[in-house]
Amino acid sequence: MTATRRSVSRGWAVRLATAAAMLGLAQGASAADLVISNWDGYMAPDIAETFKAATGLEVEIVNHATNEEIMGKLMASQGKGYDVVFVSSPFAEILNKQGLLAQIDKAAVPNLANLYPEAAALAYDPGTSFAVPYAWGTTGLCYRSDLVDGTPDSWMAMLKPADALKGKITMLATDRWLMGAGLLATGASVNESDPAKIDAAKDLLIEAKKTLLAYDDTTFYSKLVSGEASLVQAWDGWCNYGIAENADIKFVVPSEGSDLWVDTMVVMKNGENTANAMKFLNFVLDAENHAWAAENILYKVPNKAAMESLDPALAQQYPNMGMTPAELTGYELLRDLGDAQKLYSRAVSEIKAAN
Amino acid sequence: MVAPCLLILGYAFFERGTWGGVVYTFTLENFERVFDPLYARIFLNSARIAATVTLLAILIAYPAAYAISRAPKSRQAILLFFAVLPFWSNYLIRTYAWIVLLNREGLVNSVLRWGGYEGEPLSMLYSEGAVIVGLVYNYLPFVILAIYSSLSRLDMSLVEASRDLGAGPVRTFLRVTLPLTLPGVAAGGVFVFVLSIGNFVTPALLGGGRFQMIGNLVYDQFLTANDWPFGAALGMILIAIMIVLLTLQARATNRAAGTTREAIR
Repeated sequence: MTATRRSVSRGWAVRLATAAAMLGLAQGASAADLVISNWDGYMAPDIAETFKAATGLEVEIVNHATNEEIMGKLMASQGKGYDVVFVSSPFAEILNKQGLLAQIDKAAVPNLANLYPEAAALAYDPGTSFAVPYAWGTTGLCYRSDLVDGTPDSWMAMLKPADALKGKITMLATDRWLMGAGLLATGASVNESDPAKIDAAKDLLIEAKKTLLAYDDTTFYSKLVSGEASLVQAWDGWCNYGIAENADIKFVVPSEGSDLWVDTMVVMKNGENTANAMKFLNFVLDAENHAWAAENILYKVPNKAAMESLDPALAQQYPNMGMTPAELTGYELLRDLGDAQKLYSRAVSEIKAAN
Repeated sequence: MVAPCLLILGYAFFERGTWGGVVYTFTLENFERVFDPLYARIFLNSARIAATVTLLAILIAYPAAYAISRAPKSRQAILLFFAVLPFWSNYLIRTYAWIVLLNREGLVNSVLRWGGYEGEPLSMLYSEGAVIVGLVYNYLPFVILAIYSSLSRLDMSLVEASRDLGAGPVRTFLRVTLPLTLPGVAAGGVFVFVLSIGNFVTPALLGGGRFQMIGNLVYDQFLTANDWPFGAALGMILIAIMIVLLTLQARATNRAAGTTREAIR
């Protein structure tokens, strides 16, 4: 679901390679003390070394490009061959429903205390019994304040744009967020399962396609920097990459609200090194280690100690880094859709196939 | 080669596992779904785009191949080399190059502005036209090679005979050269059509995701919708189209070979 949010400069090449890999190759047994699968570039590049220095344990890190890809692998192997996996929260929910996740050993992960109370009480797993949040944020509109009149503070600014913006807008391509924009604009929930409401959102999105430049969830911020696009639907963290290159770029969450996405760390029950996995979770939750993600990938982390250790200049340059946990949890948490996922897939196919 | 195809064929008859994978309950539902108006429309649309690409590629490749085959023998190899040269770079890089050329802030618009054009920059990228241009560009060398190989095998004595018998250049071309090189045209054409209809990278990159082709649909089934059986069924239909076209092409080649024999007799 979260698509290639992390693989900033990567894209189809990686997707192709990983698609090929997922369609056939089984995961071999590993000699490492711990096997971790994460999005490329989503944790410190030297984390294997620093973790080994701290614990003496050898880590093998593998990458996945999308949630769907790692889900396919985990379902095929029943989780064997992996210890810690990074997935977005709805997928953690599914893995848990499938009985593939180990319970988090609270005694072995004392750094859980660093989490914001809000982050330890998220509705899919209150009490962090099977998933530990790693990063969180929301989705909104990222725009060139020098090219857009006023603040585009409604989803309608993107879906029924002013003439000047026609052909200069991109939307996210991935089903939950594409549908999310339509659902929120029509007053529905981002987790809507009522077919009539999903249909209404779909109709609105098909209409909006006429004024759209492209669907894009990998290069939208560079289109904004180049001026090819003036307004894009964006994840907050990725809008920051645009802001880093052009100070006229701003991020706003529309008045109709938005989603709260959470990327989590889970431990596979069938992995061979669950005890080591708990040590790794504890290591990541250490304030200094967790702060790496906020400083380097410009995502908010749900770690109070880590966020408080950040240089205040960061939140000045990237205002969305300053969003409080209370604000974030005010948005609607993305949940597993269950069978309604099929309705979303079909609606997105219809939107993409519409003329 | 055969095993993955059989595996895919097998998947197509089972039900989707909710989270990837396959539930081994026999069903024909996946094939019924292919004929659902939504997916049928995507199929027809892909076929239309692929047919346009094929036609354009042949129209461009034939004169090019003809020119190469008429060049002095010593220069033919180097001309062919240049026709195939782009193929030594990665498909993705070539496709990204078109993004650089076509986008609103891109090379084409810069050149236009430099040339005195003062209107709004042209929106060429993320359109069906861009997808077609990208596909034609990428598969053109295959067609040139296929037609060239037909042309270079053409028995020139037949062309001379036609001239001697009083046919003008146009008539000779239409009655002798073209029919005898049709197998090459068909081979190149089938190649482009089959590759274009299943392509998903070009529509995604140059179409900006706004143009769904059957390849994108298959990709989505496997990688986002977790519906492997339906993706497999769609894939099998693509393979079936390919087999039908290749059979037709083989027949055309045989028939042409027959015509040549008759002509020689």
